[in-house]
Amino acid sequence: MSTRRIFAQPARYAAIAPYLWMVLFFLVPFGFVLKISLSQTAIAQPPYVPVFDFTEGWAAIKAAFAQLSLDNFKLLVSDNLYLSSYLRSLIVAVTSTLILLLIGYPIAYGMARLPQRWQAIAMMLVIVPFWTSFLIRIYAWINILQHDGLLNTVLLALHLVSSPVVWLSTDTAMYIGIVYSYLPFMILPLYATLSKMDPALLEAASDLGASPQQAFWLVTFPLSLPGVGAGALLCFIPIVGEFVIPDLLAGSSSMMIGQTLWLEFFTNKDWPVASAAAIALLALLVPPLLLYDRLQRRTLEGGR
Amino acid sequence: MTLESPDIGRPNIDVSAGPPDAAAADMPLLRVEGVSKKFGSFPAVDHLSLDIRAGEFFALLGPSGCGKTTLLRMLAGFETPDEGRILLGGRDIAPVLPHERPVNMMFQNYALFPHLSVRDNIAFGLKRAGMARAAIDTRVAEMVALVKLEGMEKRRPDQLSGGQRQRVALARSLARRPKVLLLDEPLAALDKKLRESTQQELMELQRRLGMTFIVVTHDQEEAMTMANRIGVMNAGRLEQVAPPRDLYEAPASRWVAQFVGDVNLFDGEVTSHEHHRLTIATRDGGAIVVAVPRQPVAKSPVSVAIRPEKVKLSRPGVASDASNSQPINRLEGVVTDVSYLGGSTVYKVKLDSGAILRSSVANTARLDTDTYDVSQRVVAWFTSDDCVVLEQ
Repeated sequence: MSTRRIFAQPARYAAIAPYLWMVLFFLVPFGFVLKISLSQTAIAQPPYVPVFDFTEGWAAIKAAFAQLSLDNFKLLVSDNLYLSSYLRSLIVAVTSTLILLLIGYPIAYGMARLPQRWQAIAMMLVIVPFWTSFLIRIYAWINILQHDGLLNTVLLALHLVSSPVVWLSTDTAMYIGIVYSYLPFMILPLYATLSKMDPALLEAASDLGASPQQAFWLVTFPLSLPGVGAGALLCFIPIVGEFVIPDLLAGSSSMMIGQTLWLEFFTNKDWPVASAAAIALLALLVPPLLLYDRLQRRTLEGGR
Repeated sequence: MTLESPDIGRPNIDVSAGPPDAAAADMPLLRVEGVSKKFGSFPAVDHLSLDIRAGEFFALLGPSGCGKTTLLRMLAGFETPDEGRILLGGRDIAPVLPHERPVNMMFQNYALFPHLSVRDNIAFGLKRAGMARAAIDTRVAEMVALVKLEGMEKRRPDQLSGGQRQRVALARSLARRPKVLLLDEPLAALDKKLRESTQQELMELQRRLGMTFIVVTHDQEEAMTMANRIGVMNAGRLEQVAPPRDLYEAPASRWVAQFVGDVNLFDGEVTSHEHHRLTIATRDGGAIVVAVPRQPVAKSPVSVAIRPEKVKLSRPGVASDASNSQPINRLEGVVTDVSYLGGSTVYKVKLDSGAILRSSVANTARLDTDTYDVSQRVVAWFTSDDCVVLEQ
């Protein structure tokens, strides 16, 4: 009994921690950004008006509230720049996620079928790139993809091309960078679901007359769908907001929303529009999250 | 229920169609010929041969690791024998892949597809066989009725109890009407009460369908109850293949006698051989007279095996009431332990030689006066016919 009392109090406090974290590091900053998105840009410090000053009394705060408007959001939907950025972000994210799935699934499947002791090594190999800084790895890709880089050298040596191919500042380079960077996030959840699948299920399928291909599509694949969902979402959401990879590897003709946001914030110093773009991006990402959550819950309930 | 019709829309090889040669006519349904299987250097199944006739309920009984599951998996096609042949209906099924064998298996933990409903689990094998939709519906309904799961068709495995899951697994493996149904520890995951009723149901089902069942179990009571014949396996080999009664009353080896049921063993040497009886000088029980076994004893160090319920007890000096038609072995000792089990009482008697002899006495009357207490001196006796002589 006494041991229970010793652990009960800290445990209760510990339960508050995640909520506290959410409030401090998500809800409060979100409130700031939301407020700035409703403000107007100004040449001042901070670069927007109104600024709430709680020392100047009730009337001043009320006046500040009156100044808030949805103008920045109206700009987002009326200006082609933002719409095309959002669209490009979505297209890049969907395409990348599909490529990641096509590459990641076979890798995860192969890993799950390795002998137990090789699985740990394979897992290491997937995680090992994280030991190097993300930025350095992207710069390494620039090195590989540049005019006289490794890729062109190899292609020329093999006589696959007659003159160096332009890789850098193309969408191809960007997709290479994105797929390379996000592959572990696709593989790990897929591997987790595939490796815990009971091998007896495949034997049962085979026993009941399913060929290996049928067994895969009728048993393995449907049972791995939670992993597919988790991996896809884990990649899709950060890719939508990706800034570094398209900025370094893709051309400047069209921008993803992350790049547009950066431009507004740092080059144009238009914090309110940048904030509005960020809020809109968040709103864009909520529907797929909710959808995933619902699907997840339905699987857990077992399709009642 | 019209399960007697042997038709099935099975596109896979049909072993019954046209036996390859005339000799196959009196072949057993399943013949295992000198089959071996090694895992690394460990021989899981070691030059094993076995015949199983059509319509038999056969049990493979043995301790864990004896190779019984490996043998079953070879029959299903999940393992390939290193040596030997497996003939089904006279044809070697070695090259036949598991999904093309007219054999189905009920898996130990059922291996039900968690993402499919009861109906779709049962229909899985029928769809693969390319059966027509209407025929599948009929067959599924038939199977659901057979295992008494009406109304559960739309449920998923995780919404079923252990007993219901077991039935779905059974229905799924029976749906294709296999020539042979393999059952891997089919009742192990059920509690005792459910296990007993399910045993009866399995037996009834097998009789009604006339199908050949091969069940792997480590539970000897289960094997004894259900099977027509039992193959006792030890270290990759079959120790004995016999009906339950023979297995118990005429074990072929010391190992079988000890593995199946309880037994008292006396080690000794054959000293005399008169026409119908042997006298064996044992270290712990003195001279024991036994009936001459049907199979002559070749090697001399032997063991005399007596089942505890064949050992009767009486007070010293009281003449036993057995007929005098056969010789009686009498051993004196002191009761050291009494275990009352309800239907019977097990006495441990410490013989004067120091050895312990167990005697199981049926409690045939409610108010039994013929009981013995700890430290009471008793005579343990048994007839020569109740002994089995085994080579060591």
